[in-house]
Amino acid sequence: MIDKRTASPAEAVADVSDGATVMIGGFGEAGSPIELIHALIDQGATDLTVVNNNTGSGEVGLAALIKAGRVSKMICSYPRTANSTVFPELYRSGRTALELVPQGTLAERIRAGGAGIPAFYTATSVGTPLEEGKERRTFHDRDYVLELGLTADFALIKCRVADRHGNLLYNKTARNFSAVMATAARTTVVQTKEVVEPGALDPEAIVTPGIFVHRIVTVPDPAHESVLVAEGGSYP
Amino acid sequence: MSDTVGLTRDEMAERAALDIPNGAYVNLGIGIPELVARHVPEGREFIYHTENGLLGMGPSPAPGEGDPELINAGKRQVTALPGAAYFHHADSFVMIRGGHLDLCVLGALQVSQRGDLANWSTGAPDAIPAVGGAMDLVAGVDTIFVITQHTTRDGQPKLVEECTYPLTGPAAVDRIYTDLAVIDITPDGFQLVELSPGVDYDYVAERTGAPLIPIRSTP
Repeated sequence: MIDKRTASPAEAVADVSDGATVMIGGFGEAGSPIELIHALIDQGATDLTVVNNNTGSGEVGLAALIKAGRVSKMICSYPRTANSTVFPELYRSGRTALELVPQGTLAERIRAGGAGIPAFYTATSVGTPLEEGKERRTFHDRDYVLELGLTADFALIKCRVADRHGNLLYNKTARNFSAVMATAARTTVVQTKEVVEPGALDPEAIVTPGIFVHRIVTVPDPAHESVLVAEGGSYP
Repeated sequence: MSDTVGLTRDEMAERAALDIPNGAYVNLGIGIPELVARHVPEGREFIYHTENGLLGMGPSPAPGEGDPELINAGKRQVTALPGAAYFHHADSFVMIRGGHLDLCVLGALQVSQRGDLANWSTGAPDAIPAVGGAMDLVAGVDTIFVITQHTTRDGQPKLVEECTYPLTGPAAVDRIYTDLAVIDITPDGFQLVELSPGVDYDYVAERTGAPLIPIRSTP
Protein backbone atom coordinates (compact mmCIF):
# COMPACT_ATOMS: atom_id res chain seq x y z
CA MET A 1 0.00 0.00 0.00
CA ILE A 2 1.32 3.43 -0.90
CA ASP A 3 1.02 5.73 2.06
CA LYS A 4 3.16 8.89 2.02
CA ARG A 5 1.88 10.09 5.38
CA THR A 6 4.59 11.03 7.88
CA ALA A 7 3.94 11.24 11.61
CA SER A 8 5.08 14.81 12.24
CA PRO A 9 6.67 17.90 10.70
CA ALA A 10 9.86 17.00 12.60
CA GLU A 11 10.03 13.56 11.00
CA ALA A 12 9.24 15.01 7.56
CA VAL A 13 12.28 17.34 7.58
CA ALA A 14 14.65 15.20 9.66
CA ASP A 15 17.08 14.48 6.79
CA VAL A 16 17.55 18.01 5.45
CA SER A 17 21.33 18.36 5.51
CA ASP A 18 23.57 21.39 5.95
CA GLY A 19 24.15 23.12 2.62
CA ALA A 20 20.88 21.87 1.11
CA THR A 21 18.83 23.84 -1.40
CA VAL A 22 15.27 24.16 -0.13
CA MET A 23 12.35 25.55 -2.14
CA ILE A 24 9.63 26.95 0.13
CA GLY A 25 6.16 27.57 -1.32
CA GLY A 26 4.14 30.69 -0.71
CA PHE A 27 3.64 34.22 -1.96
CA GLY A 28 3.66 36.41 1.11
CA GLU A 29 1.74 34.41 3.69
CA ALA A 30 -0.52 32.68 1.14
CA GLY A 31 0.70 29.09 0.97
CA SER A 32 3.56 29.50 3.41
CA PRO A 33 4.15 26.13 5.16
CA ILE A 34 4.85 27.67 8.57
CA GLU A 35 4.76 24.43 10.57
CA LEU A 36 7.29 22.76 8.25
CA ILE A 37 9.58 25.81 8.40
CA HIS A 38 9.43 25.84 12.18
CA ALA A 39 10.27 22.12 12.23
CA LEU A 40 13.27 22.89 10.01
CA ILE A 41 14.42 25.55 12.48
CA ASP A 42 14.19 22.98 15.31
CA GLN A 43 16.03 20.41 13.20
CA GLY A 44 19.04 22.72 12.90
CA ALA A 45 20.19 22.39 9.28
CA THR A 46 22.26 25.41 8.29
CA ASP A 47 24.07 27.02 5.33
CA LEU A 48 20.84 26.58 3.35
CA THR A 49 20.03 28.07 -0.03
CA VAL A 50 16.34 28.97 0.08
CA VAL A 51 14.13 29.64 -2.93
CA ASN A 52 10.96 31.66 -2.16
CA ASN A 53 9.34 34.69 -3.78
CA ASN A 54 9.89 36.81 -0.66
CA THR A 55 11.87 36.76 2.57
CA GLY A 56 9.09 36.39 5.13
CA SER A 57 7.65 38.90 7.55
CA GLY A 58 7.97 39.54 11.27
CA GLU A 59 9.99 36.89 13.11
CA VAL A 60 8.02 33.75 12.27
CA GLY A 61 8.13 31.26 9.42
CA LEU A 62 10.71 32.03 6.72
CA ALA A 63 11.82 35.24 8.47
CA ALA A 64 12.55 33.18 11.63
CA LEU A 65 14.63 30.69 9.62
CA ILE A 66 16.64 33.59 8.18
CA LYS A 67 16.93 35.27 11.60
CA ALA A 68 18.26 32.01 13.10
CA GLY A 69 21.22 32.34 10.70
CA ARG A 70 20.41 29.17 8.78
CA VAL A 71 20.15 30.74 5.33
CA SER A 72 23.37 31.62 3.53
CA LYS A 73 21.63 32.53 0.27
CA MET A 74 18.13 33.60 -0.81
CA ILE A 75 16.94 33.20 -4.38
CA CYS A 76 13.86 35.41 -4.69
CA SER A 77 12.11 38.15 -6.65
CA TYR A 78 10.86 40.49 -3.95
CA PRO A 79 12.79 40.56 -0.67
CA ARG A 80 11.20 43.87 0.41
CA THR A 81 7.81 43.44 2.00
CA ALA A 82 5.89 45.21 4.74
CA ASN A 83 7.08 43.84 8.11
CA SER A 84 10.17 42.35 6.48
CA THR A 85 13.00 43.53 8.72
CA VAL A 86 15.05 40.39 9.32
CA PHE A 87 16.41 39.89 5.80
CA PRO A 88 17.46 43.51 5.10
CA GLU A 89 19.65 43.52 8.21
CA LEU A 90 21.42 40.23 7.36
CA TYR A 91 21.75 41.22 3.69
CA ARG A 92 23.33 44.59 4.50
CA SER A 93 25.78 42.96 6.91
CA GLY A 94 26.77 40.47 4.20
CA ARG A 95 25.64 37.39 6.13
CA THR A 96 22.92 36.35 3.69
CA ALA A 97 23.54 36.53 -0.06
CA LEU A 98 20.79 37.41 -2.54
CA GLU A 99 20.18 36.22 -6.07
CA LEU A 100 17.46 38.54 -7.37
CA VAL A 101 15.36 36.94 -10.12
CA PRO A 102 12.34 38.41 -11.92
CA GLN A 103 9.22 36.65 -10.65
CA GLY A 104 8.27 35.02 -13.95
CA THR A 105 11.85 33.98 -14.61
CA LEU A 106 11.93 32.44 -11.13
CA ALA A 107 8.74 30.47 -11.82
CA GLU A 108 10.01 29.34 -15.22
CA ARG A 109 13.45 28.39 -13.86
CA ILE A 110 11.71 26.13 -11.34
CA ARG A 111 9.35 24.76 -14.00
CA ALA A 112 12.31 24.05 -16.31
CA GLY A 113 14.24 22.39 -13.49
CA GLY A 114 11.30 20.13 -12.79
CA ALA A 115 10.94 19.30 -16.49
CA GLY A 116 14.60 18.34 -16.97
CA ILE A 117 15.34 21.46 -19.01
CA PRO A 118 18.76 22.87 -18.04
CA ALA A 119 18.30 26.35 -19.52
CA PHE A 120 16.01 28.49 -21.66
CA TYR A 121 15.87 31.94 -23.27
CA THR A 122 13.49 34.71 -22.17
CA ALA A 123 12.97 38.36 -23.09
CA THR A 124 12.51 39.30 -19.43
CA SER A 125 15.39 41.47 -18.08
CA VAL A 126 16.90 42.25 -21.51
CA GLY A 127 18.33 45.77 -21.38
CA THR A 128 18.20 45.95 -17.56
CA PRO A 129 20.78 45.52 -14.79
CA LEU A 130 19.50 41.98 -14.15
CA GLU A 131 20.79 40.93 -17.57
CA GLU A 132 24.42 41.32 -16.43
CA GLY A 133 26.53 38.20 -16.81
CA LYS A 134 23.94 36.36 -18.88
CA GLU A 135 24.30 35.20 -22.46
CA ARG A 136 22.19 37.18 -24.94
CA ARG A 137 20.91 35.73 -28.18
CA THR A 138 18.62 36.98 -30.95
CA PHE A 139 15.69 34.95 -32.26
CA HIS A 140 13.32 36.35 -34.91
CA ASP A 141 14.75 39.89 -34.48
CA ARG A 142 14.21 39.99 -30.73
CA ASP A 143 16.83 39.71 -27.96
CA TYR A 144 16.62 37.13 -25.19
CA VAL A 145 18.78 36.14 -22.21
CA LEU A 146 19.75 32.65 -21.16
CA GLU A 147 18.41 31.54 -17.78
CA LEU A 148 19.23 28.30 -15.95
CA GLY A 149 16.71 25.77 -14.65
CA LEU A 150 16.50 25.44 -10.87
CA THR A 151 16.21 22.24 -8.86
CA ALA A 152 16.33 21.61 -5.13
CA ASP A 153 17.04 18.92 -2.58
CA PHE A 154 13.74 19.61 -0.81
CA ALA A 155 10.50 21.47 -1.47
CA LEU A 156 8.38 22.41 1.55
CA ILE A 157 4.82 23.28 0.51
CA LYS A 158 1.31 23.61 1.88
CA CYS A 159 -2.00 22.44 0.46
CA ARG A 160 -5.64 22.17 1.54
CA VAL A 161 -6.29 18.50 0.95
CA ALA A 162 -4.18 15.49 -0.09
CA ASP A 163 -4.88 11.81 -0.57
CA ARG A 164 -2.35 9.31 0.75
CA HIS A 165 -0.87 8.92 -2.77
CA GLY A 166 0.05 12.60 -2.66
CA ASN A 167 -2.51 14.01 -5.09
CA LEU A 168 -3.07 17.62 -4.01
CA LEU A 169 -5.62 20.42 -4.11
CA TYR A 170 -4.68 23.88 -2.91
CA ASN A 171 -6.56 26.84 -1.43
CA LYS A 172 -7.20 29.82 -3.73
CA THR A 173 -4.07 31.92 -4.39
CA ALA A 174 -2.04 29.79 -1.95
CA ARG A 175 -1.22 27.51 -4.88
CA ASN A 176 1.26 30.04 -6.34
CA PHE A 177 4.79 28.54 -6.47
CA SER A 178 3.96 25.31 -4.62
CA ALA A 179 2.63 23.31 -7.56
CA VAL A 180 5.73 24.23 -9.57
CA MET A 181 8.23 23.61 -6.77
CA ALA A 182 6.76 20.15 -6.15
CA THR A 183 8.08 19.11 -9.57
CA ALA A 184 11.61 20.45 -9.07
CA ALA A 185 12.74 18.93 -5.76
CA ARG A 186 14.23 15.52 -5.10
CA THR A 187 12.05 15.29 -1.98
CA THR A 188 8.76 17.20 -1.81
CA VAL A 189 7.21 17.53 1.65
CA VAL A 190 3.60 18.72 1.90
CA GLN A 191 1.69 19.95 4.91
CA THR A 192 -2.04 19.52 4.40
CA LYS A 193 -5.10 20.41 6.44
CA GLU A 194 -6.73 17.12 5.55
CA VAL A 195 -5.85 13.68 4.14
CA VAL A 196 -8.47 11.62 2.29
CA GLU A 197 -8.51 8.14 0.78
CA PRO A 198 -7.51 7.67 -2.88
CA GLY A 199 -10.60 8.11 -5.02
CA ALA A 200 -12.09 10.84 -2.85
CA LEU A 201 -10.57 13.56 -5.05
CA ASP A 202 -11.94 14.06 -8.57
CA PRO A 203 -9.13 13.00 -10.97
CA GLU A 204 -10.21 15.85 -13.31
CA ALA A 205 -9.57 18.42 -10.61
CA ILE A 206 -6.25 17.28 -9.13
CA VAL A 207 -3.67 20.08 -9.36
CA THR A 208 -0.49 18.29 -8.29
CA PRO A 209 -0.40 14.58 -9.19
CA GLY A 210 1.05 12.37 -6.47
CA ILE A 211 4.17 11.45 -8.47
CA PHE A 212 5.62 14.82 -7.42
CA VAL A 213 4.95 14.33 -3.71
CA HIS A 214 7.00 12.23 -1.30
CA ARG A 215 5.89 13.04 2.24
CA ILE A 216 2.58 14.25 3.64
CA VAL A 217 2.11 15.76 7.10
CA THR A 218 -1.32 16.64 8.45
CA VAL A 219 -1.57 20.07 10.06
CA PRO A 220 -5.32 20.49 10.58
CA ASP A 221 -5.21 24.09 11.81
CA PRO A 222 -2.14 25.83 10.38
CA ALA A 223 -1.04 29.17 11.80
CA HIS A 224 -1.43 32.31 9.66
CA GLU A 225 1.69 34.40 9.35
CA SER A 226 -0.18 37.72 9.54
CA VAL A 227 -1.91 36.68 12.76
CA LEU A 228 1.37 35.60 14.38
CA VAL A 229 3.07 38.82 13.25
CA ALA A 230 0.19 40.96 14.56
CA GLU A 231 0.53 39.19 17.93
CA GLY A 232 4.24 40.06 17.94
CA GLY A 233 5.12 36.37 17.76
CA SER A 234 8.60 34.99 17.17
CA TYR A 235 10.02 31.50 16.69
CA PRO A 236 11.40 29.60 18.45
CA MET B 1 2.83 74.88 -4.65
CA SER B 2 -0.16 74.49 -6.93
CA ASP B 3 -1.52 71.30 -5.40
CA THR B 4 -5.01 71.93 -6.70
CA VAL B 5 -3.97 71.88 -10.38
CA GLY B 6 -4.61 68.72 -12.37
CA LEU B 7 -6.31 65.40 -11.70
CA THR B 8 -6.48 63.49 -8.42
CA ARG B 9 -5.15 59.94 -8.23
CA ASP B 10 -8.67 58.61 -8.62
CA GLU B 11 -9.36 60.84 -11.64
CA MET B 12 -6.14 59.68 -13.30
CA ALA B 13 -7.25 56.07 -12.87
CA GLU B 14 -10.71 56.93 -14.22
CA ARG B 15 -9.18 58.58 -17.29
CA ALA B 16 -6.97 55.57 -18.02
CA ALA B 17 -9.91 53.16 -17.66
CA LEU B 18 -11.68 55.02 -20.51
CA ASP B 19 -9.01 53.73 -22.92
CA ILE B 20 -9.29 50.04 -21.96
CA PRO B 21 -11.34 48.12 -24.53
CA ASN B 22 -14.29 45.92 -23.59
CA GLY B 23 -13.30 42.32 -22.84
CA ALA B 24 -9.64 43.10 -22.15
CA TYR B 25 -7.54 40.90 -19.89
CA VAL B 26 -5.70 43.42 -17.75
CA ASN B 27 -2.96 43.35 -15.13
CA LEU B 28 -2.94 46.30 -12.73
CA GLY B 29 0.27 47.27 -10.95
CA ILE B 30 0.48 48.32 -7.31
CA GLY B 31 -0.48 51.89 -6.30
CA ILE B 32 -2.54 54.25 -8.48
CA PRO B 33 -3.04 51.52 -11.15
CA GLU B 34 -5.04 49.49 -8.59
CA LEU B 35 -7.63 52.32 -8.57
CA VAL B 36 -8.47 51.63 -12.24
CA ALA B 37 -10.62 48.69 -11.09
CA ARG B 38 -13.08 51.16 -9.50
CA HIS B 39 -13.75 52.91 -12.80
CA VAL B 40 -14.87 50.38 -15.38
CA PRO B 41 -16.86 52.44 -17.92
CA GLU B 42 -20.57 51.66 -18.31
CA GLY B 43 -21.20 48.75 -20.65
CA ARG B 44 -17.67 47.33 -20.53
CA GLU B 45 -16.27 44.30 -18.75
CA PHE B 46 -12.57 43.80 -17.97
CA ILE B 47 -11.01 40.67 -16.50
CA TYR B 48 -8.25 41.41 -14.02
CA HIS B 49 -5.20 39.21 -13.72
CA THR B 50 -3.07 39.19 -10.61
CA GLU B 51 0.26 37.50 -11.17
CA ASN B 52 0.21 35.52 -7.94
CA GLY B 53 -2.42 33.30 -9.54
CA LEU B 54 -5.93 34.62 -10.20
CA LEU B 55 -7.95 35.72 -13.23
CA GLY B 56 -11.23 37.40 -12.36
CA MET B 57 -9.99 39.36 -9.38
CA GLY B 58 -12.70 41.35 -7.61
CA PRO B 59 -12.63 44.15 -5.02
CA SER B 60 -11.50 43.90 -1.40
CA PRO B 61 -13.69 41.70 0.81
CA ALA B 62 -16.04 43.11 3.44
CA PRO B 63 -14.33 43.42 6.83
CA GLY B 64 -13.97 39.99 8.43
CA GLU B 65 -14.93 38.10 5.28
CA GLY B 66 -11.51 37.82 3.64
CA ASP B 67 -9.23 34.82 3.34
CA PRO B 68 -5.50 35.40 4.02
CA GLU B 69 -4.86 32.96 1.17
CA LEU B 70 -6.87 35.01 -1.37
CA ILE B 71 -4.65 38.00 -2.06
CA ASN B 72 -3.37 40.16 -4.91
CA ALA B 73 0.19 40.88 -6.04
CA GLY B 74 0.38 43.67 -3.45
CA LYS B 75 -0.46 41.00 -0.82
CA ARG B 76 -3.78 42.64 0.05
CA GLN B 77 -6.90 40.52 0.44
CA VAL B 78 -9.19 40.49 -2.60
CA THR B 79 -12.19 38.51 -3.83
CA ALA B 80 -12.72 36.17 -6.78
CA LEU B 81 -15.61 37.10 -9.09
CA PRO B 82 -17.98 34.54 -10.68
CA GLY B 83 -16.00 32.95 -13.53
CA ALA B 84 -12.66 33.41 -11.79
CA ALA B 85 -9.81 30.90 -12.14
CA TYR B 86 -6.87 30.07 -9.89
CA PHE B 87 -3.57 28.80 -11.32
CA HIS B 88 0.04 28.30 -10.30
CA HIS B 89 2.89 30.70 -10.98
CA ALA B 90 4.25 29.00 -14.10
CA ASP B 91 0.83 29.28 -15.78
CA SER B 92 0.40 32.83 -14.51
CA PHE B 93 3.62 33.92 -16.16
CA VAL B 94 2.79 31.95 -19.32
CA MET B 95 -0.13 34.38 -19.54
CA ILE B 96 2.22 37.34 -19.10
CA ARG B 97 5.33 36.21 -20.97
CA GLY B 98 3.44 34.40 -23.72
CA GLY B 99 1.67 37.60 -24.74
CA HIS B 100 -1.81 36.50 -23.65
CA LEU B 101 -2.69 39.58 -21.61
CA ASP B 102 -4.04 42.56 -23.56
CA LEU B 103 -2.89 45.37 -21.37
CA CYS B 104 -0.98 46.27 -18.24
CA VAL B 105 -1.20 49.47 -16.18
CA LEU B 106 1.92 50.25 -14.15
CA GLY B 107 3.35 52.96 -11.95
CA ALA B 108 6.66 54.64 -12.75
CA LEU B 109 9.67 56.31 -11.20
CA GLN B 110 10.75 57.56 -14.65
CA VAL B 111 9.68 57.14 -18.28
CA SER B 112 12.02 58.20 -21.08
CA GLN B 113 10.97 59.79 -24.37
CA ARG B 114 11.63 56.41 -26.07
CA GLY B 115 9.32 54.62 -23.64
CA ASP B 116 12.02 53.13 -21.43
CA LEU B 117 10.48 52.42 -18.02
CA ALA B 118 12.17 52.58 -14.61
CA ASN B 119 9.85 51.52 -11.80
CA TRP B 120 11.60 48.95 -9.58
CA SER B 121 14.68 50.53 -8.03
CA THR B 122 16.28 53.90 -7.42
CA GLY B 123 19.66 52.18 -7.49
CA ALA B 124 20.54 53.60 -4.06
CA PRO B 125 23.51 51.62 -2.72
CA ASP B 126 21.84 50.64 0.58
CA ALA B 127 18.45 49.77 -0.97
CA ILE B 128 17.26 46.17 -0.93
CA PRO B 129 16.71 45.39 -4.62
CA ALA B 130 13.26 43.92 -5.32
CA VAL B 131 11.77 43.44 -8.77
CA GLY B 132 8.75 41.12 -8.53
CA GLY B 133 6.92 40.66 -11.83
CA ALA B 134 7.53 44.12 -13.30
CA MET B 135 10.19 43.04 -15.84
CA ASP B 136 8.05 40.10 -16.98
CA LEU B 137 5.07 42.40 -17.53
CA VAL B 138 6.93 44.97 -19.62
CA ALA B 139 8.65 42.25 -21.67
CA GLY B 140 5.51 40.20 -22.25
CA VAL B 141 2.46 42.46 -22.42
CA ASP B 142 1.87 44.25 -25.70
CA THR B 143 0.25 47.44 -24.45
CA ILE B 144 1.71 49.15 -21.38
CA PHE B 145 -0.03 52.15 -19.82
CA VAL B 146 1.70 54.11 -17.10
CA ILE B 147 -0.14 56.17 -14.47
CA THR B 148 2.05 58.53 -12.50
CA GLN B 149 2.26 61.99 -11.04
CA HIS B 150 3.87 64.26 -13.63
CA THR B 151 6.70 65.22 -11.27
CA THR B 152 8.29 63.90 -8.08
CA ARG B 153 7.33 65.30 -4.68
CA ASP B 154 10.16 67.82 -4.97
CA GLY B 155 9.15 68.88 -8.47
CA GLN B 156 11.59 66.89 -10.61
CA PRO B 157 10.26 65.63 -13.97
CA LYS B 158 9.42 61.92 -14.14
CA LEU B 159 9.13 62.12 -17.92
CA VAL B 160 12.75 62.42 -19.01
CA GLU B 161 15.16 62.22 -21.97
CA GLU B 162 17.03 59.27 -20.45
CA CYS B 163 16.14 57.31 -17.33
CA THR B 164 18.76 57.69 -14.63
CA TYR B 165 17.27 54.88 -12.50
CA PRO B 166 17.82 51.20 -13.42
CA LEU B 167 15.49 50.13 -16.23
CA THR B 168 12.58 47.74 -15.85
CA GLY B 169 12.57 47.43 -19.63
CA PRO B 170 13.55 49.43 -22.72
CA ALA B 171 10.97 50.89 -25.16
CA ALA B 172 8.11 49.42 -23.13
CA VAL B 173 5.57 52.18 -22.53
CA ASP B 174 2.81 53.16 -24.98
CA ARG B 175 0.86 55.84 -23.14
CA ILE B 176 1.26 57.87 -19.94
CA TYR B 177 -1.55 59.26 -17.77
CA THR B 178 -0.41 61.95 -15.35
CA ASP B 179 -2.21 64.47 -13.17
CA LEU B 180 -1.53 67.04 -15.90
CA ALA B 181 -1.90 65.29 -19.25
CA VAL B 182 -2.22 62.19 -21.40
CA ILE B 183 0.97 61.64 -23.41
CA ASP B 184 1.83 59.03 -26.04
CA ILE B 185 5.28 57.62 -26.72
CA THR B 186 5.93 58.06 -30.44
CA PRO B 187 9.00 57.58 -32.66
CA ASP B 188 9.44 61.37 -32.34
CA GLY B 189 9.21 61.37 -28.53
CA PHE B 190 6.55 62.59 -26.08
CA GLN B 191 3.34 63.47 -27.95
CA LEU B 192 0.75 65.44 -25.97
CA VAL B 193 -2.69 63.88 -26.46
CA GLU B 194 -4.84 65.65 -23.90
CA LEU B 195 -4.47 68.34 -21.23
CA SER B 196 -6.15 68.03 -17.84
CA PRO B 197 -8.81 70.69 -17.12
CA GLY B 198 -7.25 74.02 -16.18
CA VAL B 199 -3.78 73.10 -17.44
CA ASP B 200 -2.12 74.60 -20.53
CA TYR B 201 0.66 73.35 -22.82
CA ASP B 202 3.37 75.56 -21.33
CA TYR B 203 2.60 74.42 -17.78
CA VAL B 204 3.02 70.75 -18.78
CA ALA B 205 6.03 71.34 -21.05
CA GLU B 206 7.87 73.18 -18.24
CA ARG B 207 7.43 70.13 -16.02
CA THR B 208 8.50 67.59 -18.66
CA GLY B 209 12.17 66.66 -18.87
CA ALA B 210 12.23 66.24 -22.67
CA PRO B 211 10.61 67.98 -25.66
CA LEU B 212 6.81 67.72 -25.64
CA ILE B 213 5.15 67.71 -29.07
CA PRO B 214 1.97 69.85 -28.92
CA ILE B 215 -1.47 68.44 -29.73
CA ARG B 216 -1.82 68.43 -33.51
CA SER B 217 -4.37 71.05 -34.56
CA THR B 218 -7.27 69.55 -36.46
CA PRO B 219 -7.66 71.05 -39.95
